[in-house]
Amino acid sequence: MLEYTPDRRPTGGLRLPAHKEASTAQPIARGFVPRRLILALQQHQGPATTPVVSPGDRVLKGQVVARARALRSAAVHASTSGHVRAIEDRLVPSVHAVHRTRCIVIDADGEDEPLAPGKSARWPKDPERQLKRIRDGGIVGLGGGVFPTAEKLGIHTPCKALIINGVECEPYISCDDVLMREEAEGIIDGALIMRDILSAPECIVAIERDKPQAIEAILEAGRASGDTALKLADIPTIYPTGGERQLVEMLTGEEVPSTHYPSEIGYICQNVGTAFALHRLVRAGQPLLSRIVTVAGDGVARPQNVDTPIGTPISELIEFCGGYRGEVDRLIVGGSMMGYALPNDEMPITKGGNCIIVAARSEVRQDFSERYCIRCGNCGTACPARLLPQELLRAARSDDHEMLDEFGLTDCIECGCCDVICPSQIPLTEVFRNAKFAHARYQRQHVFSAETQQRYQRHRERQRADARRGKDLQDNLRHEVETDEAAKQRAIEAAIKRARQRRSHDADRD
Amino acid sequence: MKFAVAPGPHTAPIASVSLTMRRVLYALTPAALAHVWFFGSGFAINFFVAAVTALVAEAAVLKLRRRPTRVPLRDGSAIVTAALLAFAIPPLTPWWIPAFGAAAAIVVAKHMYGGLGRNLFNPAMVGYVVLLVSFPAELTQWIPPRMGDLDYQHLGFLAHLVYSLTSTLPPDFTIDALTRATPLDLVKEGLRSAQTYTEIRAGSLFGGVAGRGWEWINSFIALGGLYLLYTGTIRWHIPIMLLAGLLVPATLLWLIDADSFATPGFHLFSGATLLGAFFIATDPVSAAESDRGRLIYGAGIGLLTYCIRTWGGYPDGMAFSVLLMNSAVPLIDRYTRPRIYGRD
Repeated sequence: MLEYTPDRRPTGGLRLPAHKEASTAQPIARGFVPRRLILALQQHQGPATTPVVSPGDRVLKGQVVARARALRSAAVHASTSGHVRAIEDRLVPSVHAVHRTRCIVIDADGEDEPLAPGKSARWPKDPERQLKRIRDGGIVGLGGGVFPTAEKLGIHTPCKALIINGVECEPYISCDDVLMREEAEGIIDGALIMRDILSAPECIVAIERDKPQAIEAILEAGRASGDTALKLADIPTIYPTGGERQLVEMLTGEEVPSTHYPSEIGYICQNVGTAFALHRLVRAGQPLLSRIVTVAGDGVARPQNVDTPIGTPISELIEFCGGYRGEVDRLIVGGSMMGYALPNDEMPITKGGNCIIVAARSEVRQDFSERYCIRCGNCGTACPARLLPQELLRAARSDDHEMLDEFGLTDCIECGCCDVICPSQIPLTEVFRNAKFAHARYQRQHVFSAETQQRYQRHRERQRADARRGKDLQDNLRHEVETDEAAKQRAIEAAIKRARQRRSHDADRD
Repeated sequence: MKFAVAPGPHTAPIASVSLTMRRVLYALTPAALAHVWFFGSGFAINFFVAAVTALVAEAAVLKLRRRPTRVPLRDGSAIVTAALLAFAIPPLTPWWIPAFGAAAAIVVAKHMYGGLGRNLFNPAMVGYVVLLVSFPAELTQWIPPRMGDLDYQHLGFLAHLVYSLTSTLPPDFTIDALTRATPLDLVKEGLRSAQTYTEIRAGSLFGGVAGRGWEWINSFIALGGLYLLYTGTIRWHIPIMLLAGLLVPATLLWLIDADSFATPGFHLFSGATLLGAFFIATDPVSAAESDRGRLIYGAGIGLLTYCIRTWGGYPDGMAFSVLLMNSAVPLIDRYTRPRIYGRD
């Protein structure tokens, strides 16, 4: 396995305090069985799944509780054994915010009784069936984007390279780091399975330089696999180089065109956790039942990484980590840059839940007093998308939608760099997030009103044409009454012809 | 358990305006001390008068505009303006010179454009230029530096203070006997009257590369500038390009004709070159916003300064160059927008 350093420097970005020492100091805590599961029917980007159990049913660990009906979906499994208590709407953390969605609530019985593996456990040869198996195995992107893995691997554009993302640049999150340290072989195996499905000519594992143990483990596993298409790229420790678009630029020098996915230019990015989940599905027939969650922050007794069953309530996970310590200021799901604060700890860990920060007062932003922009331009320097946040701010605050388009509002990846570097504490990310909603609404209305206008124009033209024709008809009739019988006959024929024409014209129009 | 929510990012900000301004003041301190050593206490008095005036003017205008006063008064920006102005004006000068300059900087250049962050022009340079065109006599009364003259006479703090308040000197002194032309003046006048640069350089006001005393003060300014670069308070684009814009033509012309053009070293260590490069042109509010824009902006200031010094009507041209390039900023910004990721 070749190790190399990409010769490009990342665009923008920030060096941030990592806050990962505490959670990486000990191995992954395993064997945690919660007392209750809250399994959201929609834990991925795409249509929700359909429940196949009813309240009162006994379910076993690994049993499908909600099936993926649509192509862009992924099944949901019971991650421990127990009884279905209810199927109800609940608030669940989703990619960017808390969502109300239907959930299967299971009371665990503590026996953790697994489902006996069926006959079909052997990995199929046919690509279509492989993808179906991945979908039924509930596997989605575990880096936080929760994009259904089957859909990403089923892409039809030829793949230039498979990128296995172990960069993990956001502060506090360390689940990928510890997984690479402990399960490097499984990750490499999963990566090679993906590469085979995609027929990718090369497979690059990207890891940030501040994870020497993970790099060492992956290198060793890569060498042991003997595969020559494998490469390891060490990436400078600059946030947000682990973002898909930034990573593609860093590794290949190519930019993902605005409003497109990396897969459309031939690069497939998969998180290391996803590769490991695929490895377990293929080699052990085990669907996605748990994920590594980093529990971090000064407000929890034992910060660590926990192999957490999907659907575990956050309160139980924190209890497992020794409970709250001192005064907790904020509960954050995700990292400290792109994560968001939760109103309570009753919500579950979903497939995308990579990190829970139990933050004490001193470690999160407290000062929200915004000052004036001094045009220092540091926001532009830090922006990985090369935007000018100060100009965008002006456009957003004056609702200037043309300017917002011109300065690239929709190209903002909401990484938060501009916000953190701003000497005047302007909440740029929040302003842009809100502006995106307003902008989308504006564009919808804009398109709608343009269409309405066109429809009205066509309607007016038809009316005018009809009026003209009607007048002609009357004139002709008046004239014809005054002429002889032959002319009358001709006029009748002409009228019939016109009527026919009109009828066929109307038919065309309809 | 329930928790309070707040919008992300949750990482606490890593910069603040007041920290930036504090660092600028730290960076200016060695040069200020050198200034006091070479030219007497006039600098300290001028800085004090300018700072008090700037703060009072800021508070008054904010009150008139019905804006909160606490944050703007504490961010240190008015103090920085006062410090830059104190470096620009002669040390021996009546009190109303720094007061008038600071008031013009804060009221006209800053608040008439909408306050900090909205001013099109660099406030300190507007203040200085207003003084230069309104009171040219007072602004050219420079005293020689310590050891800069055969009959050098040192003025104490009290003498400076009395002159500042009453415009009177101690009995044995007269203003005409006390003041000297600056090295930049001497070079300009000398070259104009067909002296060679080497002949001018032989005068007692000159030291190793530039004016005696001046070269030391400017070295300390450069040191402060390096501190600002090191702490990330400013970035390299403007200072480097400003120095290049000034030194490249200076070197070329000096190589062509060493008799009629001053050396690049003289340009580097004279007048406001280094102060301009590290402290004045780097004012973010009135500079171009993108990195590419800042390269053009910096080079423009350097080039204009060289042109004014060599062919223009003023011995130094930093203030005018900065203001001219300030006015070009909207245009520069328009044509140097970075290409957005993933767009053509």
